[in-house]
Amino acid sequence: MQTSFTAEQLRDPDTAESNRILRTCVHCGMCTATCPTFLLLGDELDSPRGRIYLIKDMLENDRPASELEVRHVDRCLSCLSCMTTCPSGVNYMHLVDHARRHIEDTYVRPWPERMLRAVLVRVLPNPKLFRLSLRAASLARPLGKLIPGQSMLAQRLRGMLALAPNRLPTVSPAQEPQVHHADGVRRGRVGLLTGCAQKVLDPSINEATIRLLTRMGIEVVITPGQGCCGALTHHMGAHERGMAAARANIQAWSAEIAGQGLDAIVVNASGCGTTIKDYGFMFREEPDAADAAAVAGLAMDITEVLEKFAYAPTREKPGLTVAYHSACSLQHGQQITALPKQLLTRAGFTVKEPAEGHICCGSAGTYNILQPVIAGQLRARKLENINRTRADVIAAGNIGCMTQLAGDALPVVHTVQLLDWMAGGPKPKPLDRHA
Amino acid sequence: MISLPAPKPEVLARRDAILADLARLLPADAVIGETLRLRPYETDGLSAYRQIPLAVVLPRTTQEVASVLRYCNANGIRVVPRGAGTSLSGGALPLADAVVIGLMRMNRIREINLEDRYAIVEAGVTNIGITKAVEGDGFFYAPDPSSQLACMIGGNVMMNSGGAHCLKYGVTANNLLGLTFVTIEGEIIEIGGRHLDSAGYDWLGLITGSEGQLGMVTEVTVRILRGPEGARAMLAAFDSVEVAGAAVDAIIGSGIIPVALEFMDKPCIHACEAFAHAGYPLDAEAMLIIEVEGSIAEQDMLLDRIRGICARFKPTSMKVAESAEQSAAIWKGRKGAFGAVGRISPDYLCMDGTIPTGELPHVLKRIGEMSVQYGLAVANVFHAGDGNLHPLIMFDANDAESFHKAEAFGADILTLCVEVGGCLTGEHGVGVEKRDLMTKQFTAPELDLQRAVKSAFDPEWLLNTAKVFPLAGNPKIAA
Repeated sequence: MQTSFTAEQLRDPDTAESNRILRTCVHCGMCTATCPTFLLLGDELDSPRGRIYLIKDMLENDRPASELEVRHVDRCLSCLSCMTTCPSGVNYMHLVDHARRHIEDTYVRPWPERMLRAVLVRVLPNPKLFRLSLRAASLARPLGKLIPGQSMLAQRLRGMLALAPNRLPTVSPAQEPQVHHADGVRRGRVGLLTGCAQKVLDPSINEATIRLLTRMGIEVVITPGQGCCGALTHHMGAHERGMAAARANIQAWSAEIAGQGLDAIVVNASGCGTTIKDYGFMFREEPDAADAAAVAGLAMDITEVLEKFAYAPTREKPGLTVAYHSACSLQHGQQITALPKQLLTRAGFTVKEPAEGHICCGSAGTYNILQPVIAGQLRARKLENINRTRADVIAAGNIGCMTQLAGDALPVVHTVQLLDWMAGGPKPKPLDRHA
Repeated sequence: MISLPAPKPEVLARRDAILADLARLLPADAVIGETLRLRPYETDGLSAYRQIPLAVVLPRTTQEVASVLRYCNANGIRVVPRGAGTSLSGGALPLADAVVIGLMRMNRIREINLEDRYAIVEAGVTNIGITKAVEGDGFFYAPDPSSQLACMIGGNVMMNSGGAHCLKYGVTANNLLGLTFVTIEGEIIEIGGRHLDSAGYDWLGLITGSEGQLGMVTEVTVRILRGPEGARAMLAAFDSVEVAGAAVDAIIGSGIIPVALEFMDKPCIHACEAFAHAGYPLDAEAMLIIEVEGSIAEQDMLLDRIRGICARFKPTSMKVAESAEQSAAIWKGRKGAFGAVGRISPDYLCMDGTIPTGELPHVLKRIGEMSVQYGLAVANVFHAGDGNLHPLIMFDANDAESFHKAEAFGADILTLCVEVGGCLTGEHGVGVEKRDLMTKQFTAPELDLQRAVKSAFDPEWLLNTAKVFPLAGNPKIAA
């Protein structure tokens, strides 16, 4: 596509990159077909091609973002379905990240929105604060129904309270910085991202990961100094905050790599995985670019690690049918599609893939809080497709999707919990309740 | 550069009032009037041509479409219909004084009848969406333009779209049973029915492929077909484009009708392989994708005969897909070909013309020579079995000189198609792109006759003005 940046503008590395991306787009429109918001809203402006156009216009004219651009860019889930569809290889992810940064730099949101975002970027990545807020939210949960009105604020508050779990899991010491030694002969040594929101919402995912890997002869290191991967804040356009979180991780893992070395950095929340694998790009202009690229190069989804170390089940087939929900960050962000299903099949489950598997469930980081109406429609659509598979349980590789899909008829577990169970671990708790 | 008619000053002057009127006719979220939000609507799949419209409306029902058309007709406002905006001939290019009517929100499946093998869908349902809705029961909708993932059935009807599998199943016109049609006066008319052929004049035939010149289509009744027992694709690679072209002619000449017979040259093979990882032969100068269908025995017999014919042309390699996944990958590359060329060139013009298959070697050779003459690379990917060419002329949109050369190169190719006994269009329509070449295809009296048909439906020439017919000689249009 034609662009009209000046030589002066192109001296900025971010603009130069966006120009390269825009030049790749041929405006063919294929991306519109697999975009969840275009499907629901039927407006070019809520499609990737329309957003690319809005972003192009805004960046070319060096114009501060206006309410109009913000509305349509905010509605983007960053599910990256468009990137899977795009035949030309347009890197929409880096373009929309640039736009979000531009919006945060040039647009002043109305104050309730500013407050909410300020709270989210501080609370979610901080496990202690997040835990506290969840406890408060679960106490306030019954009040949710009493919040009146159809304003965005009221809908968001109701949505947030609905997402809070009934009962908060107890703190798991296994997630604290330490070395979990391999059972038997050590076959490998990996770092584990224990994450931020996930470790509070569902510590059993990290526990299952640690159990399974150590049982397979892999030493699991939880490096001190690591924390949130930066994705949540990064996607909200809070650039500096996201970079600081990422940098802390890069430093922590670089020290570990320089020390005893790591075969992989294991990520069991695919939303985080997509971002960590992109550290190389995010830090390309920074002094620690080499370290960032090294960390990004080692990052692997848990399913990739299990495949690498030849996962094998030990239990009898459970006779359960699993609806595998492909998290967008896994299937579009990391292009990991077949592997989780192959592992589940190998483990003895019957695996069903719901129709419209490429369409987002609406979770998308903080999207279900910030855009509750669209997120709710996508959730209902997703659950309808999942229920049609007549499966016994939903498996997903991302905590965001798990939270979004919970509360309906079927139990929701992480893929690794099922794989751990079949390799000698305990039966995942959600299955007990529904057995 | 293409010229557009002068906007009507009285319409431009009443912009705010018109927007206010439209907002009364439609729900608030269905009218777009701010320049910022109009800009993404300024173009379609032919992004070299751009024009911001007066307004965009996104109706949800046939009645809403009718009320907008009635209003525009009463007020002398031009109208540009739009589906998914994937037209490669600029069929949905707006005008500065026009209201764009986008049908993207009309995406419901109305009825599926497997017993009588038809489906009634709204115009904004995607082409693949029809097949998706019936494939669980073993049925499919046959025409399959490469943009089928995104393009909408209303646009398919208006452009009489084709696709790879039309070699066997025919184009859109051959797979339509009925239409809900809205005239510029806002009258809603049902045309055709739920069965092949209906009484009276062939209105369906007149409206199919009319490119939005006669009215708008809001609902479509299509024929759905029982899928074949199976299908298999094979690749045959050759060391020159002319030889591959001759092989196509020999296959068709032998009386075999493969379900699809597609051609790709080297630049295209490389771009598509990078996208689809289908195992395309990267060393070949040209490649054919040949698909046959039927029972296993039928497939084997046809593939054997086709292999025998190809062997006479000394292929550098031949490979039959061994699994459904391999076939799918082969087609993924072909269907994504236009976009994939975006990997090797920032911009291209995708041409669309048809020639008798016997002329393939000659025309491909001439295109190669013109490419040297113009100094612009060209990638060829097309429906060879139908003789429907799609040369992709690569240029740099940030360089005006290069764009003008590409336009001239494209006009030369299409003129050549007409000269060898072919046609300006295959399946993309005339749109705005080929409008001025219509005089190469038709004599002045022929064009006047076609204009008279338009005038009968649209006396004030408000519908998709400036498309299809050369501007000079049109009534009601000031250039």
